[in-house]
Amino acid sequence: MEAKRELLDLLLSDARQSTEDIARQLGSDAATVEALIDELESEGAIRGYQAVVDWDSADREHVRAEVELNVELDRETGYEEIARRIAKFPEVSSLRLISGSYDFAVDVEGESMHDVSRFVSEQIAPIPEVTQTVTHFVMTTYKERGVYFGDGDDDDRLAVSP
Amino acid sequence: MTERTDRLSQRARETPPSGIRRFFELAEEMDDIVSLGVGEPDFSAPWAARAAAIDSLERGRTSYTSNRGRRDLRERVASHVRRYDLSYDPDEEILVTTGASEAVDLAMRALVDPGDAVAVPQPSYISYGPTVSFSGGEVVPVETHAENDFVLTYEDLERAGAADAEALVLCYPNNPTGAVMTREELAEVAEFVREHDLFVLSDEIYAALRYEDEHVSIATLPGMRERTVVFNGFSKAYAMTGLRLGYALGPPEVIDAMNRIHQYTMLSSPTTAQFAALEALDSCDGAVEEMRREFDRRRQFVISRFNEIGMDCFEAKGAFYVFPKCPPGWEDDEAFAEALIREERVALVPGRVFGEGGEGHLRVSYASGMSELKTAMDRIESFVTEQKQS
Repeated sequence: MEAKRELLDLLLSDARQSTEDIARQLGSDAATVEALIDELESEGAIRGYQAVVDWDSADREHVRAEVELNVELDRETGYEEIARRIAKFPEVSSLRLISGSYDFAVDVEGESMHDVSRFVSEQIAPIPEVTQTVTHFVMTTYKERGVYFGDGDDDDRLAVSP
Repeated sequence: MTERTDRLSQRARETPPSGIRRFFELAEEMDDIVSLGVGEPDFSAPWAARAAAIDSLERGRTSYTSNRGRRDLRERVASHVRRYDLSYDPDEEILVTTGASEAVDLAMRALVDPGDAVAVPQPSYISYGPTVSFSGGEVVPVETHAENDFVLTYEDLERAGAADAEALVLCYPNNPTGAVMTREELAEVAEFVREHDLFVLSDEIYAALRYEDEHVSIATLPGMRERTVVFNGFSKAYAMTGLRLGYALGPPEVIDAMNRIHQYTMLSSPTTAQFAALEALDSCDGAVEEMRREFDRRRQFVISRFNEIGMDCFEAKGAFYVFPKCPPGWEDDEAFAEALIREERVALVPGRVFGEGGEGHLRVSYASGMSELKTAMDRIESFVTEQKQS
């Protein structure tokens, strides 16, 4: 269990490092690391590997919005069912049921604000159980999944010190 | 008018520049350097400690404190060190200092008379020798050996003539080697110390950075508490190097003597740093553990890479240094480090800087992020491979 936790920490910090490098850090060997990764994948603990992209630095238009969604449940329809319906849209990059003043937090991504607005108004809002949507457009991303998008190198330590 | 240098004291004139100076200057004049020559964590102090420092300033707590340090901090230190089975009275046996380095200097000045010999195992942290000299004492180098994982032994002490010394300096976990000593190994040293009536100055600044078993302080061994001063501080474990806060634990008469020197020189340690330290002890154990785990992963990575490259590297189990041998064909660590920095722009510190026994080795700090470590190790590997081929 501890080894899996350590392995997940390492993959979270950098999923592209080689199994050899991961093995070195864990004091293990590449075959064991491969086997553990296989296990984590088949258990569903690891669902995928993605890059953390700073779209402001990438040469491509990209707009993201965080949409608050309120829904009304009835006897036949639960959260799961609504979630399944919303999650199928490729524009939805993440979907979470949350506690608090609204029910679902939906991340919607598109190439323009118009795209995103149209998607919310034409695809999400008309869902019968949805009672309200509030769309917040992301203006600037400073940190994403633990990665800070600032200038980076603020190591002002002396190059050689005692 | 006499030459300006003639006006300097003999002590100042005779103090050589630190051996790391040259490498620092070399690294400074180059771009794109990856430095593994850094003797401090790459983390920032835990936020809670920084916030406490800020809060103390906002409240205008900018006055001197008691010479010995704030009492609440001494109490907190006393309870903190119980995890190492150390028990000290906050009123008489603890002194808060401006970094553990000041504590070492004060202890030397409190215990060493001109002409006294002080045994200093080598390779060792670069300040011990000069602080012995500042007190008028003489260093008796005690060479420790790579084949013995740089652990100090009874025989090493005997061979070096440490029996006639007044005091022995210990630093485990060790800078620069990363070596640690087990209870049994320390017991052997303690036996020598008791037999020859030495005093021990035990620098345990890296106590929290031990990767396998628990840290053991020599002061916990039978008959050692009354002849040992323990140094520790916040620089390494809490990544608070720039806040300059340390402490000494020892018998009342020694702590009192150290405080008498401290009160005329430093007066008291920085108040802001004392507030940060209080918070660090109160709430930052989790942050320390996180840093320790990260250091441990890096440690395993660099040791494994060095051994694969063919640079023999014993399994350092403490601090954040490893001490590999130069690759085959390179006897001279200084020449190797210089060629490496010039050709591949990787800064390491030559082992000889740390005294006898360090020759032929390099101090490598893994207090840098994994991507830097990987880059550095790739460059070292390519340098060693090319040298082998040519």
